[in-house]
Amino acid sequence: MINKLWIFFIISGSLFLIITGKADVLNAQILSSGKTTLDLVIQIFPLLALWLGLMNIAKQSGLLQKASRFISPFLSKIFPEIPKNHESLGLISSNIIANLFGLGNAGTPFGLKAMESLQTLNKEKDSASRSMVTFLVINTCGVTLVPTTIISLRMMHDSTDPTSIVIPCIIVSFISLFIGLIIDRILARKYK
Amino acid sequence: MKLISNLFIPLLVLIVIIYGAKKKINVYDAFIDGAKEGLPMVLNMFPPLLAMIFGINIFTNSGLIDEVFNFLKPIFLLVHVPLEVLPIAVMRPLSGSFGLALLNDMYTLYGPDSYLSIITSIIQGSSDTTLYIITLYFGTIGIKKIKYALWAGLLADLATVILSLLIVPLFF
Repeated sequence: MINKLWIFFIISGSLFLIITGKADVLNAQILSSGKTTLDLVIQIFPLLALWLGLMNIAKQSGLLQKASRFISPFLSKIFPEIPKNHESLGLISSNIIANLFGLGNAGTPFGLKAMESLQTLNKEKDSASRSMVTFLVINTCGVTLVPTTIISLRMMHDSTDPTSIVIPCIIVSFISLFIGLIIDRILARKYK
Repeated sequence: MKLISNLFIPLLVLIVIIYGAKKKINVYDAFIDGAKEGLPMVLNMFPPLLAMIFGINIFTNSGLIDEVFNFLKPIFLLVHVPLEVLPIAVMRPLSGSFGLALLNDMYTLYGPDSYLSIITSIIQGSSDTTLYIITLYFGTIGIKKIKYALWAGLLADLATVILSLLIVPLFF
């Protein structure tokens, strides 16, 4: 699927640029993507290491397992495959909480650790388990209480009420999360 | 809300350290062991991210998408959906920075409090870059067969767009 999409992106984009006589743009795009990726990864790396360090303390002290106990009953309904008190539940709830408070840079390390932890439960290591897809859908729905980047962009443009979008955003993202989880259930059943 | 956001990280750090000290684990060593995992993780995420950014950059900067939107214009006018919403709806799952740039253009063109800008903001704010998240998470742990993940993610994004179009008129 991703393979086909990738082929489509490259061939359609390249051909269109060549036909419209903008081969120089194409050249620049091809050569700059390595640098763009490196910049992104360099941005992620320091915070990732920092959060992984703190997370390891929480894991060894048992805090992570303790924290997950609060959300566990709710999460085990969404993730029926994960055994009770498994470490991944704590990581998943930490990821959701960090994203809720708009701390994307903390959410990502928790999310990556959660995926690693789900991988230990996965029987076929090269294909996504049902829990992994469900967790991914929760993340792609971008549920957050404070869309900080948008609010600051609105302030930059002198909006009369920069935070007016917050409540509709919360409503839309929660309903779409709910719909996303239903879609995920239906597709999981179909795929079996 | 802003205060809660600002205090969240410091409090979290304090709780983690205090709880670790109370349980008498070596907090310092635990931190270093954890942080060490950062480098292999970053090394694993680089190739899949490179591939995705490579493909998406060629596609989004080709101008092809604008042609397609112009072609679709009459159809959208027929069903009374503002055409201006289409670029963000299509591009949001592909590129986060593209979405923000679009939002910035819209604020400049129509003002941040116009109806169109509000709809676009809400689509941008209540979804995330699906393709990036799939690449980052699955790429880092070495998942090759993503099964129905892309469909589930994109259908949820479609739900976000439709919901935004339905809910915004109730508020503004």
